[in-house]
Amino acid sequence: MASVAQAIRMALHYGEKHMGVKDIFGQDVGAPLGGVFTATQGLKTAWNTPLDERGIISMAMGIAMTGDKCVAEIQFADYIFNTIDLLKIAGNTLWCTNGQVQLPMVVMTPVGAGIFGSVYHSHSFDAWASRLPGWKIVMPSNPLDAYGLMLAAIEDPNPVLYLKSKALMRHKGDELIPGEPEDEKTLKSMIDKPVQNSQGWKAKWPELEKYIVPIGKGKITHEGEHITVVTYSRMVHLCDEVAKKLADEGISVEVIDLRSIYPYDWQMIKSSIEKTGRVLFVNEDTEVTNFGEHLAYRTTQECFYSLMARPRVLAGKNLPGIGLHPNLEKNSVPQHHDIETAIREIVAEVP
Amino acid sequence: MSKKTTVKPAAKKAPKNAPVAKAKAPAKAATKSAAKTSKKATPKKFDFGGLSEELLLSMHDLMVKSRVLEERVIKIYKAGEGYFWIGGPGEEAFGVPLGLLARKGKGLEYDWFHLHYRCTPTMVALGMPMIEAVRLMMNRATDPSTGGRNFAGHYCFPQWNVAPVTSPIEVQYPIACGTAHAQKRAGHKSISIVTGGDAGTAEGEFATCLVWSSRKGQELPVLITVQNNGFGISTPYEGQHGETYIADRAKAFNIRSRVIDGTNPVETYIALQEEMDYIRKTGKPSFLEVKTTRLYGHSSADGANRKTDLFDPVYKFQEKLIAAGILTEKAAQKIWEIYEEEGIKAQEQARGEAGPAAETVWDHVFVNNENADWRKF
Ligand SMILES: Cc1ncc(C[n+]2csc(CCOP(=O)(O)OP(=O)(O)O)c2C)c(N)n1
Repeated sequence: MASVAQAIRMALHYGEKHMGVKDIFGQDVGAPLGGVFTATQGLKTAWNTPLDERGIISMAMGIAMTGDKCVAEIQFADYIFNTIDLLKIAGNTLWCTNGQVQLPMVVMTPVGAGIFGSVYHSHSFDAWASRLPGWKIVMPSNPLDAYGLMLAAIEDPNPVLYLKSKALMRHKGDELIPGEPEDEKTLKSMIDKPVQNSQGWKAKWPELEKYIVPIGKGKITHEGEHITVVTYSRMVHLCDEVAKKLADEGISVEVIDLRSIYPYDWQMIKSSIEKTGRVLFVNEDTEVTNFGEHLAYRTTQECFYSLMARPRVLAGKNLPGIGLHPNLEKNSVPQHHDIETAIREIVAEVP
Repeated sequence: MSKKTTVKPAAKKAPKNAPVAKAKAPAKAATKSAAKTSKKATPKKFDFGGLSEELLLSMHDLMVKSRVLEERVIKIYKAGEGYFWIGGPGEEAFGVPLGLLARKGKGLEYDWFHLHYRCTPTMVALGMPMIEAVRLMMNRATDPSTGGRNFAGHYCFPQWNVAPVTSPIEVQYPIACGTAHAQKRAGHKSISIVTGGDAGTAEGEFATCLVWSSRKGQELPVLITVQNNGFGISTPYEGQHGETYIADRAKAFNIRSRVIDGTNPVETYIALQEEMDYIRKTGKPSFLEVKTTRLYGHSSADGANRKTDLFDPVYKFQEKLIAAGILTEKAAQKIWEIYEEEGIKAQEQARGEAGPAAETVWDHVFVNNENADWRKF
């Protein structure tokens, strides 16, 4: 099975071969490295930029203005903050020009904690991103979705922000990407740059197929009756694990992997809450002000009379950073036990 | 609507002591085909750099048109028929030659424009009818640039590769590198042109443009220009910068650069032509620091009042043409009158046009008006 990094690489290859992607660029994205997380190794159109995030975003905007398709990378989301003005402009360009100028660009960036990356390699960006009107925002949790959402992002005529969890980069899924060889070792020998003697190396790409995960469509990763847990990206795995554990005790948890932050799959959330009457929103961005709060607000507006308990948001603590020591990181972003405790509390609540 | 347009009593006259040459018909709105050097050379004692009379007259015509348009738009603002004015009176001698020299069209074969909010002269030279600037000023639904959504001077004309003007200062500079990258790849010898103010060059995006356009072996075909009018709103140049010439900064990046007198249309025409030729030939960037004036101050934020002590490039050029016998005072006056009338008509027409409907706020958040309202997800 491919890792998330390999899945992204394959999606980008598919994009440059079949979908008109002409530029894949960012810091260390091109040869020789192919990205600090190896997500762009062996790609034909990948190139290295100066160490300048604002340059990367504005370059993408200029390329997109001409109608050429590109995928730009910000090496770590922790460094995307100095481009916020440009992200805002990219998001408002279509609107400001009354529909005249489209920016069909993809910006991908690794987000979040989980790798003990300390203060500047653990930032989340989903809540910030949700305040950039005009952008679509996706956050895959597994390789197949990583592939399908990247193709969807490339195909979309709007700017799309593709937030990939740093901690999931080596994560392997349990579903094959269409066209991917079944044997992991074969895949590795085809598309991973050798660590040694890599000069002159070229990827041998498998015959991949088009596979789209529509932007705005969530997925139920664990079915349940007693409570709905709405999450995305790395937290999907934690929530699924807790759901499995609690199932043994007879607590039936429904986990929704939102996959897209904007637009988001409200119909899936709503019908699940109407079924379970209880809901917990989990993500690792800071709690003030959090995207989960928006969903909790909407829940009270539209599902109030179906609720058996107060909706809760479990998010990262409102801290200036995530400390390097595991004791600090683990006490800053949600962990298994936090999720478990919150679920138990909500399920135990009686109106 | 019942408001009456204020009619300007009489077109401004050229100075009384100017010699009167034989009458000429007002020049037709210029076309790009205007010749560089003429069959009909201008008198020796006047230095017009060998530019043809036809070209000189067409530059004058467009400069006047742009000035009259800007003054009309200021009147609209002052009459309370628009909310905010910002624009380019004083920049005509640079903006008009720029618009005339560029290869105008849509797509990668043509030049791209990344303009700031003082580029009405360039838009007029490209062929923008007055009404379009007036519609933008009056926020009509018919405003072709923004549909009533944005400020005066914030043009967007995709049919001429005019990128949307943005309010944040200086972001247009690195965006120009993006279009130049695509142009260079397409191999058409087209260029990306970027304009902006002197104070704004303190922004990081300006440095970004110098870095990205000049990487060795990966240079980009960008004409980087800065219109140095000596002010950023109220802060003088000296309070903003330590360098003597902004153009010197380009030299540090091995970008060819120079400073020109942007109040002289002949000098700017010739300089722009040389630099555009250089960029098309080499695929490398070039930098022009253009000294201009800011005749009506910064914007309506500081009153938009005429600064009478400043050099006026339009009148000075007109005087020169009259003194050289290329234009008559009468013909000049006629040009002012014709455009004054066009401006008034444009205002009256725009007044009768509707503003954007309230519910259109949801339009164009996403392409094809895909639902953007979360209440409807
Ligand atoms: C990023 C940003 N900061 C501040 C402003 C507010 N602002 C508008 S114009 C201006 C001064 C610009 O001066 P300059 O670059 O010299 O251009 P000029 O207006 O003189 O042509 C400022 C500070 C802005 N529009 N954008």
